[in-house]
Amino acid sequence: MKIHLKIWRQDSTEAKGKFVDYDLSEVDAHMSFLEMLDSLNELLISRNERVIEFDHDCREGICGQCGVMINGRAHGPLDHTTTCQLHMRTFQDGDTILIEPFRAAAFPVLRDLKIDRSAFDRIIQAGGFISANTGQAPEANSIPIAHETAESAFDSAACIGCGACVASCKNASAALFTSAKISHLAQLPQGKIEHRVRVRKMTLQMDAEKFGACSDTEACAVECPQQISISNIARMNREYLVTSLFSI
Amino acid sequence: MLNAKIPEGPLKEKWTHYKEHAKLVNPANRRKFEIIVVGTGLAGASCAASLAEQGYHVKSFCFQDSARRAHSVAAQGGVNAAKNYKNDGDNVYRMFYDTIKGGDFRSREANVYRLAECSLNLIDQSVAQGVPFAREYGGYLNNRSFGGVQVSRTFYARGQTGQQLLLGAYQALMRQVSVGKVQTFTRHEMLDLVVIDGKAAGIITRDLVTGKIERHAANAVVLATGGYGKIYYLSTLAMGCNGSAIWRAHKKGAFMAATSWIQIHPTSLPQSGSHQSKLTLMSESLRNDGRIWVPSKQGDQRLAVAIPENERDYYLERRYPAFGNLSPRDISSRAAKERIDAGHGVGAMKNAVYLDFSKAIREQGEAKIREKYGNLFRMYQKITGIDAYQEPMMISPAAHFTMGGLWVDYELMTTIPGLFALGEANFADHGANRLGANSLLQASVDGYFIAPYTIPNYLADEINVTRPSTDHPAFEEAEAAVRQQLEKLLAIKGTLSVDHFHKTLGALLYNKCGLSRNAEGLREAIGDIRALKDSFYRDLNVTGDDLLNSELEKAGRVADYFELAELMCLDALSREESCGAHFREEFQTKDGEAVRNDADYCFVSAWEWKGATTEHKLHREQLTFENVKLTVRSYK
Ligand SMILES: Cc1cc2nc3c(=O)[nH]c(=O)nc-3n(C[C@H](O)[C@H](O)[C@H](O)COP(=O)(O)OP(=O)(O)OC[C@H]3O[C@@H](n4cnc5c(N)ncnc54)[C@H](O)[C@@H]3O)c2cc1C
Ligand code: FES
Repeated sequence: MKIHLKIWRQDSTEAKGKFVDYDLSEVDAHMSFLEMLDSLNELLISRNERVIEFDHDCREGICGQCGVMINGRAHGPLDHTTTCQLHMRTFQDGDTILIEPFRAAAFPVLRDLKIDRSAFDRIIQAGGFISANTGQAPEANSIPIAHETAESAFDSAACIGCGACVASCKNASAALFTSAKISHLAQLPQGKIEHRVRVRKMTLQMDAEKFGACSDTEACAVECPQQISISNIARMNREYLVTSLFSI
Repeated sequence: MLNAKIPEGPLKEKWTHYKEHAKLVNPANRRKFEIIVVGTGLAGASCAASLAEQGYHVKSFCFQDSARRAHSVAAQGGVNAAKNYKNDGDNVYRMFYDTIKGGDFRSREANVYRLAECSLNLIDQSVAQGVPFAREYGGYLNNRSFGGVQVSRTFYARGQTGQQLLLGAYQALMRQVSVGKVQTFTRHEMLDLVVIDGKAAGIITRDLVTGKIERHAANAVVLATGGYGKIYYLSTLAMGCNGSAIWRAHKKGAFMAATSWIQIHPTSLPQSGSHQSKLTLMSESLRNDGRIWVPSKQGDQRLAVAIPENERDYYLERRYPAFGNLSPRDISSRAAKERIDAGHGVGAMKNAVYLDFSKAIREQGEAKIREKYGNLFRMYQKITGIDAYQEPMMISPAAHFTMGGLWVDYELMTTIPGLFALGEANFADHGANRLGANSLLQASVDGYFIAPYTIPNYLADEINVTRPSTDHPAFEEAEAAVRQQLEKLLAIKGTLSVDHFHKTLGALLYNKCGLSRNAEGLREAIGDIRALKDSFYRDLNVTGDDLLNSELEKAGRVADYFELAELMCLDALSREESCGAHFREEFQTKDGEAVRNDADYCFVSAWEWKGATTEHKLHREQLTFENVKLTVRSYK
């Protein structure tokens, strides 16, 4: 099939970017979206041009490294699917596809479609862990955890940190990302001990990183490849409230 | 003859004995040491966090944009531990034996025993970190059985065990960053190892955003850079996986071991066209209910559903009646290749076999199959567009795991003092074939429980040695060489892309040094690799600049793959026996089974780099088995 592409090109964080048009005439419907970009890059190399820079690694939806805006939607037209899992059969012959990076003040563009998501690492550094040194652990079965609790904690822990939630939010809020980690750990007995400090420090860091406030539009949860639930944000807000009350 | 420095004493007491006698560094001195850990997968992240907790200062490197994205994140199935929670007779010895046998008796007894022993602690550690493993309704940990063993010892977190284990290690690492003990360098690639006075002294890296070449000095360097299965281009590995870090260390004096032992996984999705960039793994658990077959007639064009039962060849059930569709990975993959090569392959490229659930659906009902494998069937449909409840899946073998890697002794130290290799980057514990769910384990155990004893044991003797300065001529020289190579790659300005060379090399290796090998093919391959390498340095086109440039990154990796590929062929050529993943066609029984030669090849091949124009030198590490009897692996 034939595909018209409009792709964001930007040399560096400081440089101004613009959309550039490209045409591909032999796109195979079985190609993944990233393989389509690979084939465009082959074409650019044959023309001696600099390739389109985009992030990717596992190409099976789990590392969270890929992610671009496709026709205005994070990771493209399918719900709960990463860019690497999207296939060209989703598009029609002759379609025009607009591709740009995830946009947020906290995610500066590095080059073309690559962005800097290190703000997420700093949110985790602020408290997204259980303080258990190697060697301190008791026998695993000495902490029974109800099946439902473990499953629910898993649902929150499944986040791949891709940033689609931020990119989909009109305020560029990181509430879904941050709350997923807070509620993963807060649901487990091992994680409860530190939950007050954790919630305070992580939310402070989230604000320090220039992420916007959550205004409950729920756009993030629609795009999330791992279907992280909006209820995590409610839990975070609850924990935050309790923490603030106690710290007065 | 290489000495692995295996501690004296009975098998069961070796590790305890080692720990009791390992040298310690006092807390005040730990602060003075700087340790470089390259890699943030399970091995690297766990090692860096554990050393930082002890008080060492650690620099951690990875090429992804965050430590959390290391390839360990993609592991699905699970992690083994001999907890015996099912009361089904599991114990450390049994796990040790299964692993030794699974590896076709080509691994070290002492290492494997230690792996099984430490598996108990790993589950404890992960649970303490908050890893949400599957639980039974009573609240205790659940587990299941996996690939070729008779007990249930595989712990799992849905189909995302690697992700959850890695997030545990990553969070421990981030915690150490927050207290200033670890400094992370993401989007950094190690491009050389610096050796001073015969000891590891630091690394040269490239900042993948700015292109800046940097020098980092340290008292010890740890390589936890994962496997190099991506050398075949098409593999189940992430796109960035590479062999460059270990290869460059190899060229600085670290021996490479068992280089050609690469596991080819039987249940991946087949290649569907030349555009394809990776082969997605379908969980092996599907083989519990799926039956594998090909049409009995060569080149049969009919749809699978139109082929009657008596014209289907269930070749695994036919050849291995005892294990059938659950035969081990190496055997299943080889049997598939045999049928595909004989003209029975299916699919558009005739490169696949069927994995059929119709019998299971008939007997157990579609609902049951949906409950067991629903997510996998969905994933299959997402990728192929095919509904596997209606027609059989198509699967194909794909390169998956490297048993080979840097040679290490019992302390995980390479032949360069002060240079350690952990996780998939070393050759360690899996012998000639890795058992499912043992490698997440090995990566974690290396990093959490072994290196934090053995690295201090090395550093204890370094207290009075000053840390090398990055102004040392060895740093200057290494940096200059790195710069020169990058300039060279950018300057070729030919017409062909890096991927073109990578794909060609991959296909060549897969055919001649993949699932099966023979002397003639391997000799041809060496010639072909050299010719392709010449063409690479003549015809390569890396466009763009020396700043952020993914083509330049790939070019450096592929340049190393040529040399590594040649050593793989040499390694395979020199081993005149079949064992595990290494199947030499000349050494098989008349019904196509592997013939191992314990009299002549019961050793690990460790190769020494002798320069670009001189052939590698072979060193042997004799394997001695004091606790198990060498038997023929039979799955008939
Ligand atoms: C699809 C798939 C499924 C799997 N499933 C299972 C399973 O169910 N159970 C199991 O036990 N095993 C499984 N495995 C195998 C297992 O995942 C790996 O063997 C293991 O995770 C390797 O961990 P590691 O820490 O050694 O390396 P990796 O996790 O590969 O990490 C390598 C690290 O090194 C860094 N790096 C590499 N080169 C450089 C360089 N030059 N400079 C800087 N940094 C560098 C990378 O950035 C990364 O951080 C699976 C493998 C695959 C491919
Ligand atoms: S490349 Fe890993 S999630 Fe898409």
